[in-house]
Amino acid sequence: MSDLLIKLSVASLFIPLLGFIVVLFLGKRLKKLFLFEVVLLGVNTLISIYIVIIKLAYFPAEKFVSEFTWINFASFSKYVPAVQFDLGVMLDNVTVIMLFVVNLISFLVHLFSIEYMHGDKRYSRYFAYLGLFTFSMLGIVLTHNLLMIYIFWELVGVSSYLLIGFWFEKWSAANASKKAMLMNRVGDTGLLLGILILFTNYGTFTFDKIFEQIAAGNLPFGSYAWLTAAGILIFMGAVGKSAQFPLHLWLPDAMEGPTPVSALIHAATMVAAGVYLVARVFVMLTADALLFIAVIGAITSFIAATIAFTQNDIKKVLAYSTVSQLGYMIMALGVGAYAYAFFHLVTHAFFKACMFLGSGSVIHAMHHEQDIRQMGGLRKKLPITYWTFLIATLAISGVPFTSGFLSKDGILLATLAFGNLTGHWLIPIIAYSVAGMTAFYMFRLVYLVFWGEPRNQHKYDHAHESPAVMTIPLIVLSALSVFWWYSLNPIDPSNGVFLEKVKTPNSIVPDVQRFQFMINDKAEKIGEYITHSELYMETLHHFHYTALLMSLVLAGLGIFFATYIYIMNKVNPDEIAEKIKPVYLFSLNKWYLDEFVQKVFVNSALKFSKALAWFDLNIVDGIVNGSAFVLRNISAIGGWIDKYIVDGLVNFVADMTSIFGRLFTQIQTGKVQNYVLYAIFSVVILFTIIKLF
Amino acid sequence: MNLYSLAFYFLAFITIASAVVVVFSRNLVYAAYSLMFTLLSISGLYVLLTADFIAIVQIMVYVGGILILLLFGIMLTQEQTRVKVKVNYLYIGITMLVIGLLGAVLYNYIPFVTNDFSNINYKNIPNAVVPGTSTIKQIGSSLLNQYVLIFEVLGMLLLIVLVAATTIGRKEK
Amino acid sequence: MENIGLNHFLFVSSVLFILGLAAIILRKNAIMVLMGVELVLNSANINFVAYSRFLGLGISGHINTLIVIVLAAAEAAIGLAIVLNLYRLNQNINVDEFEELKN
Repeated sequence: MSDLLIKLSVASLFIPLLGFIVVLFLGKRLKKLFLFEVVLLGVNTLISIYIVIIKLAYFPAEKFVSEFTWINFASFSKYVPAVQFDLGVMLDNVTVIMLFVVNLISFLVHLFSIEYMHGDKRYSRYFAYLGLFTFSMLGIVLTHNLLMIYIFWELVGVSSYLLIGFWFEKWSAANASKKAMLMNRVGDTGLLLGILILFTNYGTFTFDKIFEQIAAGNLPFGSYAWLTAAGILIFMGAVGKSAQFPLHLWLPDAMEGPTPVSALIHAATMVAAGVYLVARVFVMLTADALLFIAVIGAITSFIAATIAFTQNDIKKVLAYSTVSQLGYMIMALGVGAYAYAFFHLVTHAFFKACMFLGSGSVIHAMHHEQDIRQMGGLRKKLPITYWTFLIATLAISGVPFTSGFLSKDGILLATLAFGNLTGHWLIPIIAYSVAGMTAFYMFRLVYLVFWGEPRNQHKYDHAHESPAVMTIPLIVLSALSVFWWYSLNPIDPSNGVFLEKVKTPNSIVPDVQRFQFMINDKAEKIGEYITHSELYMETLHHFHYTALLMSLVLAGLGIFFATYIYIMNKVNPDEIAEKIKPVYLFSLNKWYLDEFVQKVFVNSALKFSKALAWFDLNIVDGIVNGSAFVLRNISAIGGWIDKYIVDGLVNFVADMTSIFGRLFTQIQTGKVQNYVLYAIFSVVILFTIIKLF
Repeated sequence: MNLYSLAFYFLAFITIASAVVVVFSRNLVYAAYSLMFTLLSISGLYVLLTADFIAIVQIMVYVGGILILLLFGIMLTQEQTRVKVKVNYLYIGITMLVIGLLGAVLYNYIPFVTNDFSNINYKNIPNAVVPGTSTIKQIGSSLLNQYVLIFEVLGMLLLIVLVAATTIGRKEK
Repeated sequence: MENIGLNHFLFVSSVLFILGLAAIILRKNAIMVLMGVELVLNSANINFVAYSRFLGLGISGHINTLIVIVLAAAEAAIGLAIVLNLYRLNQNINVDEFEELKN
């Protein structure tokens, strides 16, 4: 059975690639070929559903691995060790769930795009790119080694570049895709360094083999510092890909791409790749690395939430909320709540994709108007969009009975326990305040878009509900944002079906480098998954209800304030903005981070490249021109030599020949008598010779 | 010292002396007359060699024919203006040298072996010229028997020469 | 004086030959050149006859001599005709003037 699952998952990996190639080359000629791509994705989704069900139901505690050796060099000198690259597929619970999530959301986005991108002049190519992206994402998810993750990581970056810059005639879109690629590369450098540290020390890229060696006590370069460094460097890849501070600047700009692309890439899947990566290497992260990760996650979520308060573009609000939620997930990983982090990843994928597609529906209805100040009262005109969007917003705000509540609550609980046990109280404080802020600005968005009076009457009149192709994905995704699928208990997911299958793995880092609370003395082993120490479990129980209450309170506060300001119009938001103008501007301008990066990094890079260009133009070209000048002169001298000396010699020889010739023609006097004399002379010579010999 | 030797030396002397005069004389007519004496003395040498027919033919053809022709030629091509041409002594010197060398070479080829020709048995040699007999009969018969081809060819040659000479010498209109 | 042998006649013949060559090479008048040619031919004739007499070669030497005489006559005739033409051309018979073969 495992064999079949592995084969199916590999097939599921390559099917979108097939779609990409076919649609890319034949799409221009066969206009309906995009349907082929959509069908392929549908097939993929069915395959992944099948795999998920089989795996989780029948083989919940096993890991299926299939690998083959790609490159195998023997060591040919004592300084060059043997090199062996294995490539392979690993099916884990986490893997199959991600497989399902990626395939489903990709398929729904394909459906949505049929109508949304209709009439675009590069319609088929869009679907080809979507196929490429899905292939790359599945590659990241399915692989069992760091090398393949890196390869597909870059592929995902490329697909994201192509898709963000899909409307590249617009300068802002081209710039945004360039920015995304460059910031990703900065993160990827860290990732590569981390991978190299591990490879240099352990000689392999495969996760399991690396973890085995670390568990055996074999530290990279023999020190804990290097282990921490490797962990943090790999995390840098996640910082780039999952838009953590300070590399988060690309994600809001990436909203220049088509909205379904934003849904697929920047809400649900690609940005989740970073979280997935950290989850994969979770077991080798030391306490210092984990703390670093948690802090970065907290900072990110806070900054993004404050910016989302003041944004006026639907997609930008959603983008910043994505950054904030990603910060949540990273923070959760940092505090050790692996299972909740992954849970939040899955639920966030669904409700964020639902919200992005919903905003796409709104934008489509408003004829590509994205400023929420022009919208209002759309709930009467776009009912399905409104209701699905509302459900998703409830999920993100952490309202009970939604999936988002379950995951968010778990994270907040974990942060509380962490703060209590390690004394880092700032992290739970930030986490809870961000929860409140999230509720506030999400409901602000809902009220401004769907409630109130329409601010642009003309556009309002023309708005109509989107066709079924666009609303069906919305319905499906919002349905998946309900608690029921993940746990039968709407409040406590710990015994739910999801958390039963996804458990926090045991860390392999030597105990001295781990958080005290995580080390367990008496634990029950379930396969490889060990629950946390007793102290930790106790703390969790202790704070359970506290955390629950606090999250409910904060969510309620956020929603209340939003309603207060925007629905009941008790307070005018513009007046508040005037009163706290500097703060408002700081938030509106994204903390001026873009300008900071531009001034510090970009300008200096441009100056450096200008200097290099000057060097190239003046010095290198000068050398080239100088050598050309020298060469010309040398050839002139050569020409002079050739003309006077060589030709002189030739002429001299010719003259000598003619002189000698003329000398000898004097023999030819024309007088026969002379010729007779010569003949006689020759005869004399002849006879003398004959006589002598 | 017999008559034969005396005659020979006398004739040889005249031959060579006349030839010298022919070669080195400044006067054309003197040269022509010396040539006559040379040819006559050569004819005498033929007689000494018991080639009686040849001697007569020599006088008839050479002296009576060719020499007369040469004299006519001299007469018809007299140079009116005596142009003083400078004498190229170098040329003459070199010529003398080369000629002298040739003479030395030829002298080497003369076999100075004295054969005793006084008692030759003429009966053993076919077609031998027996001294004291006339050769004309033998020449006549061999011309028409052995050497008939050359005889005929010579006849034709003389005809052709006749025609050619008159053609060449004709006055062009 | 010993008996006159072959070599005496050959000596005479050689001297005549040399003198004839000298005449051909040295003389400027065309008629003189022809006289030189006659001398050469005659020396050859003496050779023929002397060999015929002293080596017992029979009559073939004499036949040869006859042939040479005939040829000499023919050649003299043609030569004089040519000389006459040359005289008509140049008004003199100086062989030095006929340099068409020069160079």
